[in-house]
Amino acid sequence: MYTFSNRLRIGSFIAMAVGLICLATGFLSAPSTVEEAKAMVASAHGDGHGGGHGEEASSHAAEGNHAEKDTHGEAAAHGEEHDASHDEHLLHQLQNRPWSALYVAAFFFFMISLGVLAFYAIQRAAQAGWSPLLFRVMEGITAYIVPGGIIVFVILLLSVLHMNHMFVWMDADVVAHDKLLQGKAGYLNPTFFLVRAAIFLAGWIFYREYSRKLSLAQDESDDNSNFKLNFRISAAFLVFYLITESIMSWDWIMSVDPHWFSTLFGWYVFASMFVSGITVIAMVTIYLKSKGHLEDVNNSHIHDLAKFMFGISIFWTYLWFSQFMLIWYANIPEEVTYFITRIEDYKLPFFGMLAMNFIFPLLVLMNSDYKRVNWFVIMAGIVVLFGHYMDVFNMIMPATVGDQWYIGLPEIGGILFFGGLFVYWVFNTLTKQPLQPKRNPFIEESRQFHY
Amino acid sequence: MASKVIQALYTDDDILMHAVKKVRAEHHHIEEVYTPFPVHGLDKAMGLEDTRIAITSFMYGCLGLTVAIVMMNYIMIEDWPQDIGGKPSFSYLENMPAFVPIMFELTVFFAAHLMVITFYLRSRMWPFKKAENPDVRTTDDHFLMELGIHDNEKELTALLWDTGAVEINVTEKDS
Repeated sequence: MYTFSNRLRIGSFIAMAVGLICLATGFLSAPSTVEEAKAMVASAHGDGHGGGHGEEASSHAAEGNHAEKDTHGEAAAHGEEHDASHDEHLLHQLQNRPWSALYVAAFFFFMISLGVLAFYAIQRAAQAGWSPLLFRVMEGITAYIVPGGIIVFVILLLSVLHMNHMFVWMDADVVAHDKLLQGKAGYLNPTFFLVRAAIFLAGWIFYREYSRKLSLAQDESDDNSNFKLNFRISAAFLVFYLITESIMSWDWIMSVDPHWFSTLFGWYVFASMFVSGITVIAMVTIYLKSKGHLEDVNNSHIHDLAKFMFGISIFWTYLWFSQFMLIWYANIPEEVTYFITRIEDYKLPFFGMLAMNFIFPLLVLMNSDYKRVNWFVIMAGIVVLFGHYMDVFNMIMPATVGDQWYIGLPEIGGILFFGGLFVYWVFNTLTKQPLQPKRNPFIEESRQFHY
Repeated sequence: MASKVIQALYTDDDILMHAVKKVRAEHHHIEEVYTPFPVHGLDKAMGLEDTRIAITSFMYGCLGLTVAIVMMNYIMIEDWPQDIGGKPSFSYLENMPAFVPIMFELTVFFAAHLMVITFYLRSRMWPFKKAENPDVRTTDDHFLMELGIHDNEKELTALLWDTGAVEINVTEKDS
């Protein structure tokens, strides 16, 4: 049995406390009036209204068009109105910043455990022989799906209640002036949005809890019925997961840019969560092994996990590039704004993430021998995790805060708080059961696994 | 120079693996093992050095990447610049995303093909080459282990029968 080391427990509590303070500071220092917002931007960097408003905040675009259509006599008046809407837009961006930082971090850690859940279900459905030794580790990580999912749901609920402006399509005024959003309103409306989110989360949490229960029951039973049932529900879950994960990525992420769409977005988000999840499995496994647990896990298991990290990193790049190149080449204004804002205002995070998620794992994890060196896998894993945090950051921030982004207190606070909660929840679950399944029919194959 | 070798035939890869381990444990040098299919772990059991083909593969990949960059730069930028899809910026870097699929494909193409060719040459297999395997049954369902004899024929024969060989031959071999 694994016991939660005091150092790690206290560390996770400190991370949560510091993160909470940083987040609270972020929320308190957000401006509440247009004047405050203007003052903040003016003092921060003299050129206040930089080129960052290319990302359409729909209200702004709609009123802008409106102003252009009017007669010259009224143009001046509307010009003022235009400026006012501009300032309000800026205020919303600054108000969005702590919310977006909270949401990005909450989603990132939730996505890790959802990625692990998919990996776990694949191992179950494939009846893989190498991985049963790691099942308890994976189950520990997927435990976070319950608190993580509920937190993400609460943030979405608060968005629907107009506590923030991350999802512009939730604003009835915006929709009233926007033909495209009116056309999408049958699908993209607050009620249906929350209903979908609730169904997805319920399905994922149900599978996680049920599969864990069967996995534990298999240890105590005297036949393989639990194992077989687990195999069947895992296969069914994968069908449910692939559909719901795709829709989830449109709802929770793509809809922050409600005019823009990409048909492979679901896969792209999936690749990101899959590689982050596998990385965390490898890191937790190596940590537990360094503490003298999981004696039967050998370096071939680590090698396999590192191969997955390497392969899925390249898969992620493949999807990222497929999305980028088609939009770049076609150069259709509605589509290309997405990348223009990112390249203009987010140059460093946008290209930096490419280096961290592709070039770094490609070069570091290419050599077969390095995939067996524990500290190498850990170092590569840290970079990959930061890279995929930046990936989520680049998906959300340009739409919600525009060029007013900064990696400051709320962002770091979000990572610390949810990182601490994640570590606490995962390792607390790991203490509940023996780390090695007893009666999994493939456990001997996994123990003998050698490559 | 002709040397005397002993050849033991097996009909099962598991028995072969145990035989290889046992012969190695007795400190006899195994010259070669002929098998109808790749036997997983045999290289480690025989104590062969790790393959270096991955290094050649990396170099061939780099070569392919370079060829792709130079080729596309010549074709699309220097020799005959075109305005495709409203992207007339005539520099390699600005049009680079369009060339990424070609860079990727040629990297894979060079790495894969040259690695296979390297493998064949390193295994001393080329067209019209006379087969080296001493017994045609090793292309069907038999495994053959070959050891050099150094005045210990009796001892080796007994050992090999003991490891589960189905047939043992002693022959002269030109090398």
